[in-house]
Amino acid sequence: MEKRVTFSSTTVGLLFALPMLLLIFVFFYWPSAQAVYWAFTLEQPWGGGNAWVGFDNFRQLLSDPVYWGAISRSLVFALSSTAIAMGMALILALLTDREMRGHKIYRSVFIWPYAIAAPALGLAFRFILAPEAGLLSIINQVWPGLWNPALDGKDAMIAVIVAFSWKYIGYNFIFFLSALQGIPRSLTEAAAMDGSGPLRRIFDMQLPLLTPTLFFLLVINITESFQDSFGIVDVMTQGGPARATELMVYKIYFDGFKGLDYSGAAAQSIILMLLVILLTIFQFRFIERRVHYK
Amino acid sequence: MQAKLLGAVGALLATAFLAGPAAAADKTKIDFWFGNSGDIAKRVQEQCDRFNQSQADYEVVCTSQGSYDASLQNTIAAFRAGKQPTIAQVSDAGTLDVMLSGAYYPANKLMKDMGYDINWNDYFSGISGYYATSKGEMYSFPFNSSTALLYWNKDSFAKIGKDHAPATWQEAAEDFKKLKDAGYACPLAFDISNNEVWQYIEQFEAVNGEPIATKKNGFEGLDAELIYNKNPLLVSFVKDLKSWYDNKLAVIKNKAVGQTFIEAFAAGDCQVILTSVGDHGNIGRTAKEGLNWAVSMLPTYGDAKRHSSYVGGASLWVLKGHSEAEYKAAASFFNFIAKPEEALTWSTVTGYIPVRNSGFEYLKSQGFYDKAPYAGRELAIQSLTVTPLSDPGPKGVRLGGLLQIRTEIANGLQAIFINNADVQASLDTAAERGNQILRRFQQTYKNVQLP
Repeated sequence: MEKRVTFSSTTVGLLFALPMLLLIFVFFYWPSAQAVYWAFTLEQPWGGGNAWVGFDNFRQLLSDPVYWGAISRSLVFALSSTAIAMGMALILALLTDREMRGHKIYRSVFIWPYAIAAPALGLAFRFILAPEAGLLSIINQVWPGLWNPALDGKDAMIAVIVAFSWKYIGYNFIFFLSALQGIPRSLTEAAAMDGSGPLRRIFDMQLPLLTPTLFFLLVINITESFQDSFGIVDVMTQGGPARATELMVYKIYFDGFKGLDYSGAAAQSIILMLLVILLTIFQFRFIERRVHYK
Repeated sequence: MQAKLLGAVGALLATAFLAGPAAAADKTKIDFWFGNSGDIAKRVQEQCDRFNQSQADYEVVCTSQGSYDASLQNTIAAFRAGKQPTIAQVSDAGTLDVMLSGAYYPANKLMKDMGYDINWNDYFSGISGYYATSKGEMYSFPFNSSTALLYWNKDSFAKIGKDHAPATWQEAAEDFKKLKDAGYACPLAFDISNNEVWQYIEQFEAVNGEPIATKKNGFEGLDAELIYNKNPLLVSFVKDLKSWYDNKLAVIKNKAVGQTFIEAFAAGDCQVILTSVGDHGNIGRTAKEGLNWAVSMLPTYGDAKRHSSYVGGASLWVLKGHSEAEYKAAASFFNFIAKPEEALTWSTVTGYIPVRNSGFEYLKSQGFYDKAPYAGRELAIQSLTVTPLSDPGPKGVRLGGLLQIRTEIANGLQAIFINNADVQASLDTAAERGNQILRRFQQTYKNVQLP
């Protein structure tokens, strides 16, 4: 006989779900609907009224080469920071899982960066990476002019990618480590007895078993790198030099909150949302096929 | 017995509770939101405290919102939710948005309605002109005001045999060259990040008497167009600046480098900077031991005749939707901060300048500008009042999306300095993109008449 708690009617079930639905409505659907509405109007910031302009806001954005630049920079940022954050976290987690000396300390220490707010993090990295006064200025004493995020767009992009990745390494690390520890000891021991060394075990056993976690983190990291990067950019580079680090989300913030162009920012948010949705669909459609859940 | 005692205590407590709010209710409380932070925020708070102690009828609650931008965003959000403060500080760049919003009680009308007779001509022309409507009416109260000055290191200039700051950019170019030859690594420090281009574009155009945009820099209509890129003086100046930069006579200093241009000057690393008079106090406090420095008015370019520079800072707006009593409180507060004694305290504890002639005269009579830490700040007033109010030229900049336009200009300049882009082409692109922002702004407010 099957013992399972079920609800007799859908009403009771819905009632239980109601608080959550309400929260989602207030904090997601409502603002999103407002943004969609604003995206099709020109909204006066002080609320003096607005005018319907149809797709004008989108047309203006998509015909602007500078905006396309922001889109491609965002993609570069997302892909490289995701690769670094996941790669580094995986290596650290694999090493910690091997119970090397001090692994208990590493287990908690590596998580800390995620707890640091983006602006504080940006401030710290701005100091570390400053070409004249920072810790990295030593590089410039050896090779003058090699490192200068203030004047070189590429260096600035590297700087924000490093800062962002550093934060997410901690986040990814927790997931990787717990997934690794979920792999049965007996499996590892059996593999070891069959004569496979640590590296062999990683590629043939641990990584295949980690694919659900890898896939989950890939989706989260890509999504977050599109949305969570603005604090770091704002503190470290403000989109400069010469737009080299102007990401989509930073442009939304600048146009909306500093420029008070609510409609332009709303239209950009919609485009960003669509892009993230598209990327997520793509990942579920093509990458999830290779994930083994059992 | 015990019950009686308890009853008495209860009664006492009750009266205390009742009396408490009753006493406070006599006072009309109003909110004042401002954007300054750090030390300046403390000084604003002190001013509020002085007002609250000076009388018993009103209480102003002053709250710093952290920055000009945040203050404006919070005020707008509060206004849209119907919870706006009575008084809100809006920076120079945000003036046009609030002016077109209709969300305010015009300052001149407020003071008249509340029975105060304000002599609006007492404000310095350069200051009132910036905030006034095209008809010369004042809708807000100029509050913290400043303008750009040239800061120079007297000792290093003495080494090249000079005892005065350059009055023209041609003279400055020679000085920079001599300073470089005398072994100074950084004659001029400058920054072209988003917020720091106003000295080199807006103030440059002001001082040389050239417009940034048509329609008197936008004062006479939302259909203004940017034309700074067509001014040969400015184009030539940017080319000069670029050649100084290439020859290491001018160095970019900002947060990303690790040292801002202000810090570089205060540390004695750089010999000349252009910045707000509001930094005068800060530089005085943080300057390297024995740094011998002074300020002067911004240089002019070529044969251009000197004109007034533009004021920077913020003004105070009274917002709609409050009671008569609250407006009385606001008027009383404005009347209080207009006192010459307040101007003296304000200018002493901050680097800001008095906004009224009466305040300036009072400061002079108190010998304020003779003393070491404050001497030189009178040049800011001089710089703001070179041209009389009757002069037909623009008194400021009234362009929609000014912060975005500044960013376009900053990006144009960064392309020139960092990526070696063509000067004229970059300035043109920046102006063209700026014009798109202006047209968008005009379309947003197409049902509103610019006052």
